[in-house]
Amino acid sequence: MLMRVSSEERIIENFREDKTIDNDVLLDVRDLETHFFGEESVTRALGGVSFQVKKGETLGVVGESGCGKSVTALSIMRLLPKMSAKTVGGEVCFHGRNLLDLPEREMRKIRGNKIAMIFQDPMTSLNPVYTVGRQIAEAVEIHSGASRSDALSKAAEMLRLVRIADPERRVNNYPYEMSGGMRQRVMIAMALACSPELLIADEPTTALDVTIQAQILRLIVDLKKRTGTAVMFITHDLGVVAETCQRVIVMYAGRIVEQATVTDLFSRPVHPYTKALMRSVPDRRRGKEHRLPEIPGIVPSLREPIVGCSFAQRCPFATEVCREKSPVLEEYGADHAVACWHAKEVVSA
Amino acid sequence: MSGPLLKVEKLVKHYPLGDGIFNKDPKVVRAVEDVSFSVEAGETLCIVGESGCGKSTVARLLMRLVDPTGGRVLLEGTDIASLKKGELRDWRRRMQMVFQDPYSSLNPRLTAGQIITEPAGNFERLGRKKRETLAAELLKKVGLAPEIMHRLPSELSGGQRQRLGIARALSLKPSIIIADEAVSALDVSVQAQILNLLMDLQEETGIAFVFISHDLGVVEHIGHRVAVMYLGRIVELANCEALFAKPIHPYTEALIAAAPVPDPTYARLEVPVEGEVPSPVNPPSGCTFHPRCPLAVERCRIEVPPLVPAADGRLVACHVRATQ
Amino acid sequence: MAHISDTLTSAAAGRQPVFRFVRVARQRALVLIGGGLLLLLILLALAAPFYAGDPRNIDPFVRLKPPSPEHWFGTDHLGRDVFARAIYGARISLTVGLISALLAAGTGLLIGVVAGYLRKFDNIIMRIMDALMSIPTILLAIALISLTGPGIGILIVAVALPQTPSVTRLVRSVVLSVRERSYVEAAVCGGARLPKVLWRHVLPNTIPPLMVQSAIVCADAIMTEAGLSFLGVGVPPEIPSWGNMIASSRLYLATAPLTIFAPGIFLAVTVLAVNLLGDGLRDLFDPRAKRRR
Repeated sequence: MLMRVSSEERIIENFREDKTIDNDVLLDVRDLETHFFGEESVTRALGGVSFQVKKGETLGVVGESGCGKSVTALSIMRLLPKMSAKTVGGEVCFHGRNLLDLPEREMRKIRGNKIAMIFQDPMTSLNPVYTVGRQIAEAVEIHSGASRSDALSKAAEMLRLVRIADPERRVNNYPYEMSGGMRQRVMIAMALACSPELLIADEPTTALDVTIQAQILRLIVDLKKRTGTAVMFITHDLGVVAETCQRVIVMYAGRIVEQATVTDLFSRPVHPYTKALMRSVPDRRRGKEHRLPEIPGIVPSLREPIVGCSFAQRCPFATEVCREKSPVLEEYGADHAVACWHAKEVVSA
Repeated sequence: MSGPLLKVEKLVKHYPLGDGIFNKDPKVVRAVEDVSFSVEAGETLCIVGESGCGKSTVARLLMRLVDPTGGRVLLEGTDIASLKKGELRDWRRRMQMVFQDPYSSLNPRLTAGQIITEPAGNFERLGRKKRETLAAELLKKVGLAPEIMHRLPSELSGGQRQRLGIARALSLKPSIIIADEAVSALDVSVQAQILNLLMDLQEETGIAFVFISHDLGVVEHIGHRVAVMYLGRIVELANCEALFAKPIHPYTEALIAAAPVPDPTYARLEVPVEGEVPSPVNPPSGCTFHPRCPLAVERCRIEVPPLVPAADGRLVACHVRATQ
Repeated sequence: MAHISDTLTSAAAGRQPVFRFVRVARQRALVLIGGGLLLLLILLALAAPFYAGDPRNIDPFVRLKPPSPEHWFGTDHLGRDVFARAIYGARISLTVGLISALLAAGTGLLIGVVAGYLRKFDNIIMRIMDALMSIPTILLAIALISLTGPGIGILIVAVALPQTPSVTRLVRSVVLSVRERSYVEAAVCGGARLPKVLWRHVLPNTIPPLMVQSAIVCADAIMTEAGLSFLGVGVPPEIPSWGNMIASSRLYLATAPLTIFAPGIFLAVTVLAVNLLGDGLRDLFDPRAKRRR
């Protein structure tokens, strides 16, 4: 009953995918800085984030709550709450244009058409008073100018694509008539309806049960292969990253601390935070240990400017330099970069 | 002490859909159906399952935050389910609960010290001095500095708040703690801290846990025995190592296979289940898992499989696998 | 780069205290103006005997006179001092308004908690409340008063009763949401008895919305009292009240407009003060309004 894909095959498959990636850069984010303005304080949610998304790849963005992974996505999409947040620095280059400088009208054309986004809670992103078919059709109409009836049949087609059984009937359903997993499929259908070049998925399976999560992850991976859409996959779950992504960015306290291919990251993590994070997840393959290695202390407050490395207070390797100077993301082997003053010692430790 | 610390027999909870006089709906939500298990002193029993499987309802039934439709909950031989409210208060001291959400489980208007000493204050008069000593002692037990006692919950981090929730539960020196998704809302690094704390407490005081979670990794780490629930029923109850090494019930198997593994080279089992969990209002006939089960035979559609001992002494409710 | 963002940050941060000041000042202003006005009216009404004349003193020789040093707001059709009557009228309006607001809030709180937390007779209680709400306020009050005949006591009850359902519904909905919070369940698990659970964990959450609602109820009650007195079923006609002043003066609007405007303005100012206070309290307590700037 169970098909076992051998680990070798899996590696080969990953390798093959790596090779097929077109090295063209689709999205180039440079020094992105976003601040939230509270009543009495400024929260520096992003403190200079730079990375690239290549055409057709799946890039994982992983980190704990408050690390800035969702803020990164919202900053790129320019969907931050207008009153309380502002991207104060950096640029987001997409097809040679800086998205941060575009007039809102232009940006609206890019959202959905070129870059689509799906969220953790599909219920809040679906309009409860329209049928799902109509909502997908509307997205199609706006972005491709198709007629209503064409758009509706395209909607049914999209539902079939995301493997919703009986799509002709399901287009007439309202969101509340669907389960959480089904709604997330609808969101994916809507996002893919206009064949975007980049899909940003912000914790798309966090609210779902594991068996449903497995189905949705498989769907996203399959659709990515078929459509060639690049995916930026934001999650807190290292397991999800391992199963879906080709390259990974690890974020901590508003900065990128490590960036690597997925096989590299999991086989030889370099940054002390990445290492500690991986070890603090219970994992049966390590054998049952009585105590989980924990990361002492708490994430630093982003209300105060962080001097030096943001992980220094919790890091066993931290020295004077870590507390004084902020490390920059530097190459550490092929396709692997890390922001740590003591990368060499950490690896050999 | 003879017999197990906590013994649950044929626990049933049906929630009516109609709400009384004007809206009588004969249909019910079958949240918990015929659940039986026992917990020994000093042991951790995990209950694992997906949302809607009834695991949280079991927790609330054990604490008698809701009254069961049927069945017994025997704590040290006394049936809590049939106690009157007055007697219940005394028995609740021996069984305490840790809640999921570290934010909504602490009254935002009270200080940390007030929160954790409140249960003790319900049973004896605590003077200011005594209250502070107790608060400091409890805070130390959960790894927090005594200065925290004067802070409000809003000034504390999620991990610190969850430690307060545990301190509050320890305040009455219970022999068993029900932890309902106690680490689910926490980040993994903090989750590791809390899991370590719970295991240390168990080692020091011999306290028993009923640990309810949807996270298999956490369950495998902390559990001695595991009960897997699906649509209100226990489908498999086994030793932790045995269950994860070789799941017998096809649902357990699917659940374990579906959990993502943080290793890109891991030889992954193809997840065999399709579809979603049916509604507990109108559960499938026979074995409730049969519509999604790759092994289902005719008998599964008709007959509810009983929870019977399998080869290695574990309990399994499956017509196909239990007899193999 | 870093220094550009620093200047941006400080510029943006510099904006924040201004916003905050405006917001806080606005909230405070509403509470201060509303509360201050109300306090002033109460003091004026209490101190009436020390500075205002006798409101019942009839003087047929000075009927419908314009304002003068003896009669600041002139006199009415029976030669009574309009200013004195308006000030004494404040006593009735404020007494009825405040006491019936308290009564409605208290009753509503009690019933709301019974229905929302204990879930005893929830269905029956709420259907009775629905029925009460469906009867127009004035009609319900007239019906009640007609049972006993006019008097201050029955007037207060008659004004309070129609206001009770709105308070009950509010309290019930707050209690329903609070009882689901796990700190309330935790208190029960910790062996807290019912009064303690309610007093310490449930009721504090109902106080802010209850205060806001009470202000609205109070303003409404003052209007209802004036309406009832205008119709002649409120306070007995010999006691001055804004309602019966307006009623008895309406024939002389053309010749002596102040006889109507004086009580009318007092009524308007009082209701405005109470409403301002209510708005201010709502802004102060509503966390969503806090976040908005």
